Amino acid sequence: MPDATEIARDAIARHGTAPVQLLAVLHEIQRRYHGIPRAAMEVVARAFGRSVAEVEGVIGFYSFLHERPHGEYAISFSDCPVDRFLGQDELIERLCRQLGVAPGQVRDDGRVSVETTSCTGLCDQGPALLVNGRAIPALDPGRIDTIAGLIEQRRPLEQWPGAWFRVEHGIRHPGPLLEAPEQPGKALELALELGPAGVLERIERSGLRGRGGAGYPTALKWRYCREAPGEHHVVCNADEGEPGTFKDRELLRLRTGDLVEGMTLAAFVTGAREGFLYLRAEYGFLAAELEQHIAERRSAGLLGHTILGREGFDFDLHLVTGAGAYVCGEESALLNSIEGRRGTPRNRPPYPVTAGLWGRPTVVNNVESYIAACRIVLQGAEWFTRHGTERSRGTKLLSISGDCARPGIYELPFGTPVGEVLELCDAGEPVGVQVGGPSGTFIAPPEFARRIAYEDLSTGGAFMVFGPDRDPVAIAAQFSHFFAHESCGFCTPCRVGTALQQRLMERICGGRGTVADLQELEQLAGLMRQASHCGLGHTAANPVSDTLARYPEYYQARLQGAALQPQPGRPPADSRKEVARDA
Amino acid sequence: MPEFLLDGRSVPFEPGQTVMEAAIAAGIYIPHLCWHPAFEPHGSCKLCTVDIDGRPASACTRPAEAGMQVTSGSEALRRLRLRLTQMLFVEGNHFCPSCEKSGDCELQAMGYYLGMTDNHYPHFYPRRELDASHPDILLDRDRCIFCELCVRASRKEGKSVFALAGRGPQTRLVINSPSGRLGDSELDAGDEAAGICPVGAIVRRNTAYRVPIGQRRYDLAGIDEESLARERPLLGRADGPTED
Amino acid sequence: MDRPKIRIATTSLAGCFGCHMSFLDIDERLLELTRMADFDRSPLTDIKQLGRCDIGIIEGGVCNAENVEVLRQFRERCTHLVAIGACAINGGIPALRNRYPLEACLEEAYLRGEGLHQPAIPDDPELPPLLEKVLPVHEVVQVDYTIPGCPPSADAIWSVLCALLAGREPELPRPLIHYD
Repeated sequence: MPDATEIARDAIARHGTAPVQLLAVLHEIQRRYHGIPRAAMEVVARAFGRSVAEVEGVIGFYSFLHERPHGEYAISFSDCPVDRFLGQDELIERLCRQLGVAPGQVRDDGRVSVETTSCTGLCDQGPALLVNGRAIPALDPGRIDTIAGLIEQRRPLEQWPGAWFRVEHGIRHPGPLLEAPEQPGKALELALELGPAGVLERIERSGLRGRGGAGYPTALKWRYCREAPGEHHVVCNADEGEPGTFKDRELLRLRTGDLVEGMTLAAFVTGAREGFLYLRAEYGFLAAELEQHIAERRSAGLLGHTILGREGFDFDLHLVTGAGAYVCGEESALLNSIEGRRGTPRNRPPYPVTAGLWGRPTVVNNVESYIAACRIVLQGAEWFTRHGTERSRGTKLLSISGDCARPGIYELPFGTPVGEVLELCDAGEPVGVQVGGPSGTFIAPPEFARRIAYEDLSTGGAFMVFGPDRDPVAIAAQFSHFFAHESCGFCTPCRVGTALQQRLMERICGGRGTVADLQELEQLAGLMRQASHCGLGHTAANPVSDTLARYPEYYQARLQGAALQPQPGRPPADSRKEVARDA
Repeated sequence: MPEFLLDGRSVPFEPGQTVMEAAIAAGIYIPHLCWHPAFEPHGSCKLCTVDIDGRPASACTRPAEAGMQVTSGSEALRRLRLRLTQMLFVEGNHFCPSCEKSGDCELQAMGYYLGMTDNHYPHFYPRRELDASHPDILLDRDRCIFCELCVRASRKEGKSVFALAGRGPQTRLVINSPSGRLGDSELDAGDEAAGICPVGAIVRRNTAYRVPIGQRRYDLAGIDEESLARERPLLGRADGPTED
Repeated sequence: MDRPKIRIATTSLAGCFGCHMSFLDIDERLLELTRMADFDRSPLTDIKQLGRCDIGIIEGGVCNAENVEVLRQFRERCTHLVAIGACAINGGIPALRNRYPLEACLEEAYLRGEGLHQPAIPDDPELPPLLEKVLPVHEVVQVDYTIPGCPPSADAIWSVLCALLAGREPELPRPLIHYD
């Protein structure tokens, strides 16, 4: 194997030293050397004009980059309640046993490492794992045994059965957005007729709000950005990291044209000449197709210089692949990540529309929003407002997973009651539903008449169904682990609060919790909500406080009468044995 | 000059100033650990959380606006700040009786100021690496609170000796040198970055007991008085916050 | 009418008795205290069995199974529990071992340390088993009041006791919680 510095130089030669290429360079070193040792960091730091410590800081921030080499076969199991329902834990144990490696460790010969990673967006076809960044869904014990064999034989991934890597589309219930055929370039032609103000007016009239869950009016965002002076950027947030969400995975494959066209429309309105599509690392298997699509649009005159022959309409698009950090779904953290920094959220104000990428006015929308914007320009605001409610226009894509007969992607009009969704996916009588993922709302059966809408249950799209035998406390505990793992560590309340919350939940699940611990959880939730720096901390207590409010009897059942039972340390082994003293 | 209301008092400000800058300049203390008037605001410790028109905000990063209603001195906010301070205590290894910074430590002084008598939360007792490789400066990561003042100071001095690495509770201070050790870095004892640490994480060696216990900074004054006396004169400028 | 006297118990768990020494430093006020209160189990009385008490004072953290038992008994039998000093509040000096595995500490102290004669890790069955970590008192039982310091000053201890004896909420102004 070439040495790490050689690989680093090679990667730099291939990707260049623009700041947006830093993650790509680090990814390549990681892929080829299985880790990024200090010597490689120094080469990268020099080339990018950064300090070694800064590069070390970037590497340490992202789950998919490591200083210490991982296995030649680096395996990460998706750690999500839904994957666990499907027998994830047994599969991990089985694989580790066969390979003779402990979870979280690298085998002594460096061949393989097995660990868990936050939800990889394959809940509808789990359990799933990533091997060197490539996804294998639909695992079962037989496949695990075969994987162990292939690793022992040191077979390259290219020789593994290709069918394993196939990710099904999983569209269960298409609606107007998914059914309409793509018409490449058509929306741009219309836009050239309408002019930027006309496009804005059409989107404004449609009432389109951001599909990520926060619901900010898209037209307003574009308008503010357009009005801010200076060079502009357009960014697509395809960092779909909310556990239980996977609809972007399919939109990125099935509606690529509409997505890129939507971004190009935003560029047309704001005057941006450069855009970035920030793809979560877990969806790295989509990168090649996306790159190809972008290239094709360039050749077709739909991207690049003089788009559709219009002088001065220049816009090009670059793909940036993240490196495993949920917090980068927060738009300002995402911008830092594109700039090749640690993905900590920025202080706001100023907001990205006035000071985004490199301090320039930037529109950041998610995949579904750009696609909706494109369809609105094509089909008119009235087509869009035909669906949904007064304050939540259009349809919403839901990623449905968990205890139901028909998991998958559903496009439903805003305003659909939860109960109706449950019938559609054949969920029986669940104990509860996590709407919007752990940062959303955990609701119980009496609330199943509530509606999917910004004014009621706002959601980025996750819809996790928990069957009658599931324990809401255990699920909340898993989510508390998720938030502690994904907290960026920037601010005190979230860095410490998520860790404290995780400990308290472990204590309760271990039967050692007290009534005082429940009160502490509530206070902690209030503190994180009030004082945290960004949405991650604001919502990190949601699963705990939602379940505390709705399932107090499940918590009470877990408590023990007596106080905490401290764990005595193991009695020292062979303590009698005399040992020769070190010289 | 435009004004806003802070706990019922009118505070004038120059456009571009943050709530914190205007308050300190007006002689009103808002608790803080990561903010320093000489550096761009960071907004991470959250001790300066105030209530602005009914919503929580960090005073150190929020630009002042005319007519804002700011609450800082409420019992609810004292309690919030107390909990945040206790969080900082339990996540590291802070043993005041054996720390040479005792009496000069802003975290300890913040504890006094907020009436802290216990740590409230369970302790993490993390294992963090001590770096004693530098002849003149000691880095004791046990006491680091991730305020990044050293990072900012060293960057301003053109050396960029420090950076944060890791994520979440595993966040750690790292050193820009080939070995990653302080002794191999460009840090000099005379650097501002070597003396800016508000706690005992970065200390100049052989200076600890020059000022005897009982006569140290916070032995003589509370952190509120001391902070105003030291920081207010530094706010002569009207620099706005700069986004990093 | 004579009210029954307040009963106070004290103990030192994983501590150095420094807090108890500081308590004794209230000097002649001890006489005043004995007029208002009786001492139950305490190093001052050498009473071994804990009875029903109004106030229990705990010095030191919790480092072994015996500490846990004593502390639980204090919590059960004392109406108000007061944690006194750094070790009770945050584990203090004994908790410095928490970042190392227990076995490593024992090996370092009893097998590899300097000047050992017949190195062996003590394992007499009468020795209470050590906990993997030294815990502050509040991580094992609910604590009602804390008096910080290493040790807290006699005045701080006196001030809290007076308040509790008078049925007031104790308050510790800055000079009394100020270290050193």
